Amino acid sequence: MQSVTRQDLLDTALEKLADGTVSHVLGWSRGTFDYEATPTLFSDPDTLRTAFVWNDFCGANLSKYLIKHTRRLEGRLLVFLKPCDTYSFNQLLTEHRFERERVFVVGVPCNGMADPRKLKAQADGILSVTAEGDTLSVETLYDGTRTLAVADLLEERCLTCKSRRHAAYDLLLGEEGEVQDSARFDEVAAIEAMSPDERFAFWQKELSRCIRCNACRDVCPACTCEQCVFGNPSSGVENKAASNEFEEKLFHIIRALHVAGRCTDCGECSRVCPQGIPLHLLNRKFIKEINENYGVYQAGAEVGTRAPLVDFTLDDPEAETVVRRGDDA
Amino acid sequence: MRKCALSVMPDLLRAVAEATPLYLPVDTDKGDALFTRWFEGADWSGACNTARGPKDLFFPQTEDLVAFKTAGKTVEVLDIRREQEDFVVFGVRPCDVKAIEVLDRVFLSEPVDSFYAARRNHALIVTAACSRPTETCFCGTFGIDPTALCGDVTVWKTEDHVYWQAATEQGERFLAALDGFLEDADDTAVTAQRAQTAALLSRLPLHSLRADAFGGGKTEAFFDHPAWDTLSQSCLGCGTCTFVCPTCQCYDIKDFDTGHGVVRYRCWDSCMYSDFTKMAHGNPRLTQKERFRQRFMHKLVYYPENNDGLFSCVGCGRCLAKCPISMNIATVMNTLGGDAR
Ligand code: SF4
Ligand code: SF4
Ligand code: SF4
Ligand code: SF4
Repeated sequence: MQSVTRQDLLDTALEKLADGTVSHVLGWSRGTFDYEATPTLFSDPDTLRTAFVWNDFCGANLSKYLIKHTRRLEGRLLVFLKPCDTYSFNQLLTEHRFERERVFVVGVPCNGMADPRKLKAQADGILSVTAEGDTLSVETLYDGTRTLAVADLLEERCLTCKSRRHAAYDLLLGEEGEVQDSARFDEVAAIEAMSPDERFAFWQKELSRCIRCNACRDVCPACTCEQCVFGNPSSGVENKAASNEFEEKLFHIIRALHVAGRCTDCGECSRVCPQGIPLHLLNRKFIKEINENYGVYQAGAEVGTRAPLVDFTLDDPEAETVVRRGDDA
Repeated sequence: MRKCALSVMPDLLRAVAEATPLYLPVDTDKGDALFTRWFEGADWSGACNTARGPKDLFFPQTEDLVAFKTAGKTVEVLDIRREQEDFVVFGVRPCDVKAIEVLDRVFLSEPVDSFYAARRNHALIVTAACSRPTETCFCGTFGIDPTALCGDVTVWKTEDHVYWQAATEQGERFLAALDGFLEDADDTAVTAQRAQTAALLSRLPLHSLRADAFGGGKTEAFFDHPAWDTLSQSCLGCGTCTFVCPTCQCYDIKDFDTGHGVVRYRCWDSCMYSDFTKMAHGNPRLTQKERFRQRFMHKLVYYPENNDGLFSCVGCGRCLAKCPISMNIATVMNTLGGDAR
């Protein structure tokens, strides 16, 4: 269960619309089923009242939409951001993707979001889902009404949440959380501990499932190039198909390199992948390397910081140290 | 009608696979199922449907068409086509069988796509009737009865038996070859199961979704509908919906420079992409709204207009399950359907 209610968010949005602070509200509405939410832009209070949702399925990070909407619309936009989303927000500001004054950030505390995939693995033929405290009451076609604990359905990124403290907001609803002592690098360490052959086999198996739909890229708040190299037919690389096995891996490696130092580990890539590929592990590997070689750095923790990979300080390790450490791994 | 015990299925499938390459839905360790070439120990998945349809077996995501070898000023055209062998696709769901019909009308009408035709001519399709539909299923919207006979052969799986019936001559021959495994059966169990499934289908959340408002001749009714703005507003333009769709048929043709020649290949394309149908002046659909509209107008209006009213959505529900923002053809139909101008 979330600690602030839909009504709390709704009241705030209606108030800010009414007093003219903002002209639009970026939030979520119910998707096709109760366990899904669609990012939605509201301007009409009545639509907001009927369609707005805030529940355990509002995983979608809204920050990237701010680029598009601030360009398209006049006025100021209210956006609801969960703690992890605020890191993306700051990173986008650092990269000058939109103007801070155009956005009114309402920070919402988050107790973790439920993963529809985990829900569907446990319940077949879901007709409705209703939140009841820390559990979900799930009406199914085959097993009657089931009661499932939200804690057992949390998204992977929520189980390894890095921070429940917002990195930015104009108005905070509810209680502020803390930066978490996250075990998010454990899985990366497990992959590092594999032999090179095992590691190759691991990624070979995962990445060979990729259908190159590009959802990971399109949802990624760090992927904001006006023209992605993989969407440019003249670039010589293919965006819609892997012409061979090598290119299949190349897409992911290039993308991971492009976002290295800028990826906030928001986890959207893994959330949207229709093939269930654990893409976040690639990006986390880079974060772990950066932390170990250049000191702990969290992209999006503040606005305007220079990421270690695009900065030079006298304390930087010598290139050969980095290379040697890489060899050892 | 014929039947066999469920327990003999592994032996039966092995016998099929030994005679002809066999593809069937097999569970992956990701909790979904995919059409997989039979291997010793491959279990026929009980999943409602595969994560992707059998489209890949007829129209693969990438496919080499022809190669060119250059030497000095000469260009040699190499025919790299291979003989297509016979194969069996077992366990195709009725929506996906309909999806093949949608593809047939595109690829088998003049000019016939010889690559696709070769695969179709060598394939035998065994349909697996549905008995456990899930919330994303809405095949009924497009007039599909997922319990009925279709494909070359249909199987109905009950608790302990599999019932078989041929729908085509080719199917009869296929069943004759399996005679040792099968015995005669009446249709009592199948009839009972069909009634039970029909009751389940009527309880699905999308059961009442109707396609009547759409079809050929409706371009003007829907093209400028104001709802396209809001419907497409959060679309990422990713293309997941097109790549998991069993009826999406668009492809691009590209040349791959091998260093000493060129391989010309085709790969699936997506109307959701900014370089789709890009011409000298650019993509004729400048915004995501136009690209989004194209996908749904094609499924619901343009395709039926050119194909005797047949819709090119079969209600398989894959795009519902996979869209990162939960926006899909069912929502589009619901929003536009009651409000045709
Ligand atoms: S979202 Fe998944 S399947 Fe799609 S391109 Fe990314 S890794 Fe591949
Ligand atoms: S993949 Fe690379 S080039 Fe493309 S948008 Fe992302 S960062 Fe930019
Ligand atoms: S409708 Fe959904 S799956 Fe299709 S392109 Fe848009 S966001 Fe991606
Ligand atoms: S549009 Fe969606 S529901 Fe319709 S056939 Fe394609 S994937 Fe299936």
